Amino acid sequence: MKIIAIDREGAEHSLEGRDGWTVMEILRNAGLPIEAECGGACACATCHVYVDEAWFDRLPPRSEFETEMLDMATAYEPNSRLSCQITCAAGLDGLRVTIAPE
Amino acid sequence: MSNQVETDAIIIGAGPIGLFAVFELGLLDLEAHLVDILDRPGGQCTELYPEKPIYDIPGLPFVTGQGLTDRLTEQIKPFKPTFHFNQMASGLQRQPDGRWRLSTDAGTEIIAHVVVIAAGGGSFVPKRPPVQGIEAFESRSVHYAVRRMEDFRGKNIVIAGGGDSALDWTLNLAPIANSLTLVHHRDGFRAAQHSVNQMRELAAAGRITFHVGGVKALHGLDGVLERVTLAGGDRKEWTIVADAFLPFFGLTMKLGPIADFGLNLHENLIPVDTARFETQTPGIFAIGDINTYPGKLKLMLSGFHEAALMAQAAFRVARPDEPLRFLYTTSSPSLQKKLGVA
Repeated sequence: MKIIAIDREGAEHSLEGRDGWTVMEILRNAGLPIEAECGGACACATCHVYVDEAWFDRLPPRSEFETEMLDMATAYEPNSRLSCQITCAAGLDGLRVTIAPE
Repeated sequence: MSNQVETDAIIIGAGPIGLFAVFELGLLDLEAHLVDILDRPGGQCTELYPEKPIYDIPGLPFVTGQGLTDRLTEQIKPFKPTFHFNQMASGLQRQPDGRWRLSTDAGTEIIAHVVVIAAGGGSFVPKRPPVQGIEAFESRSVHYAVRRMEDFRGKNIVIAGGGDSALDWTLNLAPIANSLTLVHHRDGFRAAQHSVNQMRELAAAGRITFHVGGVKALHGLDGVLERVTLAGGDRKEWTIVADAFLPFFGLTMKLGPIADFGLNLHENLIPVDTARFETQTPGIFAIGDINTYPGKLKLMLSGFHEAALMAQAAFRVARPDEPLRFLYTTSSPSLQKKLGVA
């Protein structure tokens, strides 16, 4: 499966997703500037991404923890997600995410 | 000078690895002072995940971030470490006698034989919202903390955020503000319920305004804020009069002044050798998440090991004329005496 990631300069990156990995891990492994300070524990909101509108409703919904942690994201938009809370799966081939501003 | 102290080791960062470094140094009779920007020990463990479970500490099948910090604090008590909280290590200079002098942004000066950098991901600093030009307002009109409430008397205040800090300061500043507007991206909060209730009562009584939305732009001259543009959930924008903006989005980690310590950083990490965990500058050590070496793993497990080897090397720097006697806590009466158990 592919994940399309758009960095803070607007450049598009086509990344190979891995079943069971989180999108945060895929972004970090690709060397993209995702902070993910807490290492994927849904505890810091520094892996914040915007999910392409076409994809947003196709993702499993946010957990209550993620909703609360997004309170700590500085540039919230309705399509905000924490990428450590999105797990790669076959149905997500082509998922498009944009890394939120720092 | 009263705020200048001398010791054996300065530890920058009072997270789990900095705390355990106190123990390893203490076994070798080296006294330590710790500097941390937070107001309590634990670093990421207590700031990011105090309640989250940790399963990979040897001998502790399960512990929380706060629990581990409490145990480490207990473990190092016999060595009476001195903590300098709420301070950022800001400058490091070599003294003529070869020791190091560390200064902090609070004016503390510590002189020591060795410096141990255990700063993890860097200093915790407030998150800055990505609003264009916000830096220009930061000294006068944009504040990430309230130092003196009186400074806000009679002001038109905008507070952004949905956590306890945003709610607490809304409640505390409302009685003295001329106007107070709280903005948060949803009509729900990650804060104590009684604070949320109180805020809603103030809003219902017309004493504050709460909007679901965010701050989009700041307007003013020479760093003095005059107006703030808000955007609602429906993306409609409007501008209100404001002379203070207080964003409360929690903390993030920035390397900070350590970057200027001349340590030849590699991608914001400090290269060390794996025998001594010393940097390329003799007498300055780096342990835990902040260092890098071939095979490095960012695990507390590794940081504890690094602290033990660092202490051996630090002893040789601090006590060059003394032999290092390697002892086990299980069998050594002198170590047990230091630990207060014999």
